[in-house]
Amino acid sequence: MIETINLSRNFGSLAAVKSVNFAVNKGEVFGLLGPNGAGKTTTIRMLTTLLSPTSGTATVSGHNVAGDPLSVKKAIGVVPQMLNLDIDLTAAENLEYHGRLHRMKPADRTARTEELLHFVGLWDRRDTHVEHLSGGMRRRLLIARGLMHRPAVVFMDEPTVGLDPQARRMIWGLIETLKRSGITILLTTHYIEEADVLCDRVAIMRAGSIIAMDTPQALKAGVGRVVLECLGRHDIPRQFFQTREEALDAGRSVGCDLVVRDSTLEDVFIQLTGERIDA
Amino acid sequence: MNFYPIFWKDLLLIRKKPWRFLASSMVMPLLYLVTFGWGLGRGMNVNGGTYLEFVLPGILALSAMNNSFGPVSTSLNISKLYTKTIEEVLVSPVGPWSIALGRALTGLVRGLFSALMLLLVGAASGVHLNLSPFFFVVLALTAFCFASMGVAAAMIAHSHEDMANFNSFFIIPMSFLAGTFFSPDKLPQPLESLILVYPLTHSSLLLREMAAGREPTLGSTIILFAYTVMFFYLAGRLVKRTV
Repeated sequence: MIETINLSRNFGSLAAVKSVNFAVNKGEVFGLLGPNGAGKTTTIRMLTTLLSPTSGTATVSGHNVAGDPLSVKKAIGVVPQMLNLDIDLTAAENLEYHGRLHRMKPADRTARTEELLHFVGLWDRRDTHVEHLSGGMRRRLLIARGLMHRPAVVFMDEPTVGLDPQARRMIWGLIETLKRSGITILLTTHYIEEADVLCDRVAIMRAGSIIAMDTPQALKAGVGRVVLECLGRHDIPRQFFQTREEALDAGRSVGCDLVVRDSTLEDVFIQLTGERIDA
Repeated sequence: MNFYPIFWKDLLLIRKKPWRFLASSMVMPLLYLVTFGWGLGRGMNVNGGTYLEFVLPGILALSAMNNSFGPVSTSLNISKLYTKTIEEVLVSPVGPWSIALGRALTGLVRGLFSALMLLLVGAASGVHLNLSPFFFVVLALTAFCFASMGVAAAMIAHSHEDMANFNSFFIIPMSFLAGTFFSPDKLPQPLESLILVYPLTHSSLLLREMAAGREPTLGSTIILFAYTVMFFYLAGRLVKRTV
């Protein structure tokens, strides 16, 4: 559904995205994980036709983003990082407007608006102006808007950024429901747990390049499924093992209070780059 | 062309706050009317009529310009630089010419509405103007022309300061110099020629001629029409560059 070949984007002398290659299959939830400034949003902006690639190609639903942007636009739904809803319109009017932009028929617009507002739990707030909705409600409305015209592919740029844990879990629930419905989703995030919980496959980005790409389980297995850490001792490097028994055996010879835990994508990022993802 | 959703949303916003729309449309033209028409111009005669009869067509053109250019350029500039609401449109299958047309039509409605309100105020004040269908066509053309200019300016501007500079160096001088409050032929020749470059000058001249019962000059009609086509083309091209 999505394919990039040597996709690159420069801003003056800054190479924001450098020869990125990946393919997303139909029905897959694919995550771009990386710290701020890694090139995730620039990649998503190129794939949604908001930015032209400097070089390389990208196709979405079989259409070239640079050569046939109109067909791409018909096929995609976008949930941007910024809450760019019309605050002077109500929740329902925002969806109505989006339906009109996509030439949906009046009866279909009305039915779809009701269906989606129920889906995101905002039916009771349908006539509330966006300016009176909370941040979490606005995020959910953005998701509803991105789905309004039944796109084959949905791009979500940091869909839970700035939300409290409860609101974040609610968004995750929505994305998991969409995942079960077979929709193709590309999401960017810098939240480790989000990528781990939601994504079938993850590409880890750093400084404009993809440095690793696989399923979360395979990425973690690549460095070791189990981590051995010394509690409160940052001078002793964490060690990786494939089994808990191996980790406990190794821990006997270390003179500190031990923590043995499952590895995370954060551990993968640290192993690959020597940096923390939220650094 | 799928311009209607853009136009629909702007009209919906107007319908939601009609009093704010009415007040913002009327403040500046009424100030001009009170200051130059009823205040400074009281007792003055121009071309055998009152100054109010002379100045009202110019203020109508000015009002059509201000209420089309201002709201269109400001809202588009804010949606591009601040709220990013334009990105919803840019990732939808609405083409650049539809975006430009939808916005320009909004400007046309705003500009025409404010001019009509002012015309009612003028009529209530006892100002008699000869109104023909072409008088309203020129008002509509003026509003559409400057709304298109507003779209173009907003697409060019990289900051709110750019927009403010465009207003300071282009719109405000044109408001005062483009034959709005006086006849351009009263000025020295080089300055008169310079003023004839402004599209608003031709709107004022056309409206003033028709209001006095004279035939509109073909030259000004062609120039105003040419400016309208040029600004709309520019607006569409600049939106296309962004899409």
